[in-house]
Amino acid sequence: MKGVEIAVEQVSRAYGTFKALDDVSVTIHKGEFFSLLGPSGCGKTTLLRIIAGFDYPDTGTVEFDGKDILPLPPDKRQSNTVFQTYALFPHLTVYENVAFPLRLRRVEKEELDRKVREYIRLVQLEEHIDKKPSMLSGGQKQRVAIARALINEPSVLLLDEPLSALDAKLRQNLLIELDVIHDKVGITFIYVTHDQSEALSVSDRIAVMNKGKILQIGTPYEIYEAPATRFVAQFIGESNIFPCKVLACEPYGKEYMLTVDVPSLGGEVTVTDYDPSEIGAEVDFTVRPEKVRITPNPPKTTHTYMNSYKGVVDEPVYSGFQSKFYIRLDNEAKPIIKVFKQHTAFLDEGPEIEWRDTVYVSWTAADGYIVKETDR
Amino acid sequence: MKKVLKPREREQLLGTTYAFPMGIWFTLFFTIPLSIIVLYSFLKRGLYGGVEWEFTLDAYRQMFNPSFAKVVIRTLWISIVATLGSILIAIPCGYAMAKSKYQTILLFLIIIPFWTNSLIRIYAWISILSTEGFINTLLIKMGILTEGVQLIYNNGAVVLVLIYMYLPFAILPLFTTIDKFDFALLDAARDLGATKLEAIVKVMFPNIKSGLSTAFIFTFIPIFGAYTVPLLVGGKDSTMIGNIIVDQVSKTRNWPLASAFSMVLTLISLVGVFWMLYNGKREQQQTKKTTQQSLELNIRRHHLRKVNSK
Repeated sequence: MKGVEIAVEQVSRAYGTFKALDDVSVTIHKGEFFSLLGPSGCGKTTLLRIIAGFDYPDTGTVEFDGKDILPLPPDKRQSNTVFQTYALFPHLTVYENVAFPLRLRRVEKEELDRKVREYIRLVQLEEHIDKKPSMLSGGQKQRVAIARALINEPSVLLLDEPLSALDAKLRQNLLIELDVIHDKVGITFIYVTHDQSEALSVSDRIAVMNKGKILQIGTPYEIYEAPATRFVAQFIGESNIFPCKVLACEPYGKEYMLTVDVPSLGGEVTVTDYDPSEIGAEVDFTVRPEKVRITPNPPKTTHTYMNSYKGVVDEPVYSGFQSKFYIRLDNEAKPIIKVFKQHTAFLDEGPEIEWRDTVYVSWTAADGYIVKETDR
Repeated sequence: MKKVLKPREREQLLGTTYAFPMGIWFTLFFTIPLSIIVLYSFLKRGLYGGVEWEFTLDAYRQMFNPSFAKVVIRTLWISIVATLGSILIAIPCGYAMAKSKYQTILLFLIIIPFWTNSLIRIYAWISILSTEGFINTLLIKMGILTEGVQLIYNNGAVVLVLIYMYLPFAILPLFTTIDKFDFALLDAARDLGATKLEAIVKVMFPNIKSGLSTAFIFTFIPIFGAYTVPLLVGGKDSTMIGNIIVDQVSKTRNWPLASAFSMVLTLISLVGVFWMLYNGKREQQQTKKTTQQSLELNIRRHHLRKVNSK
């Protein structure tokens, strides 16, 4: 495996009174596609700039394979960066932009030409080799930036929101290309983004950040299916979140089956969790909208741990590949629960659900989960 | 039928109207005097100043007198040294200003000296540099020197004061281009393995080329025609073309020769301006050409594909 292991230990960085990074520790494995995900101002770009050498921490250490890199200037580090604004040199052609790092190292002429062409082929820009950056589209500029950053054969590629300036369709394509390139070159990628779908679709692991702290580090699956905090649950995907109190907790196969009292749903809910909970603990109950079933009639099921509520459609939103429903439940608190319905066998699903219809929402115990560490 | 003007035509007509006062001004106070100078340089010198209306190339012949040639060469090297000095100081200044939070205050500070008469500013330098001046007094008081050293009335003093006088003309255009420069490019260059100096020389300089050439022209042309500075702080061997012109008009009363030297100054300035214009044009043409080329290439490729598919 190429690349290096990056160890960030207890790094803090403050600008005046604003804490951009607050005691951040994370280890990024060799050859990993690692994402730093969070809203703007959460410190993810500051962390990237510290790793690249454009900023420095007030306290803490950053090591590449156990070697302290903080004393090194950016040009002496084994990392290269793809900038959010591309930062292509406007006075140079695509070829010369990609050749720039090699010219600095005075690489021999034939070797230089061979390598530049190889990397331009890697990002599929052979046709635009003699153009100036001003004549390229956003996606093409981004590819030049990637080729230029890779040609030095760095151990780490740092990507600072590289796709944020592109339109949605192009972003998806480039993201897949980026993943292919990662598989080809096999080095460590650190990808900074505020877009959760980008992070979920390509990362090996994700660190979710907010207010200068890392809230959770895990695989996309873990982050989505078992968010550690309320913020993570809300930031990644959409969620129905209700505060609740644990009434009972007993082993259920490898997991635990909990019965919690959710006052806003007006009753008890059964839910599975990986870890046991103390009886009487104040936690949050969460269920993703796409896991809730919506039916015009009470659900016919033999499932033991089924949660079902009656409500009225407050707002139906048709959005092509799915429909969103905001259901107002029929109890004292009148909570609203979001439901996403996929259009599978659209015509066979009985009468279409419309505004003001009375419906039933239901989910099994395995569909919900418990968020313990609240950051309210 | 009344002719209705299209908006575009009306704008053009209005443009001509607006330009009219400026046209008259330039004709009266710029073109006519310049024509007189051109004309005088080809006429015979009058005995007590003025000219006699007889065509001759005498004035241009006199210019090749070795003593004048020496002055021309001196003017050239003093101007080049002073211009390069100004630009070398102006680049870090412009950089610092572009990065500073206090741009307005700094700009203000640079413009303030213009509100003082240039003669007074030159006399200030005389009082700083002279044998009993500020620097000498300070060094004697500190015990470094026992008696005053001659710092003034030499070519070094001329270069120093010229740099002082024309530095703002170099700083202002450089500041405006550096201010527009994307500093992320320097980060990128550093990231790709360039040292600080390499990043500035290989990435910043090519991108502020227009500012550099403007600064060069703005300082070189006035310095090339300077005459008060060499007159007041220069020595016997510091005369420049500007001083010759003054001498020929007021002392020797050789107006045609003075006109001929003025022609030389004007022509050299024109060369500079045209060089700047040409540079700007060439850059434009380059991008245009490549657009055109890529378009043609695409069309050709399209046709090829068609032929192949048949």
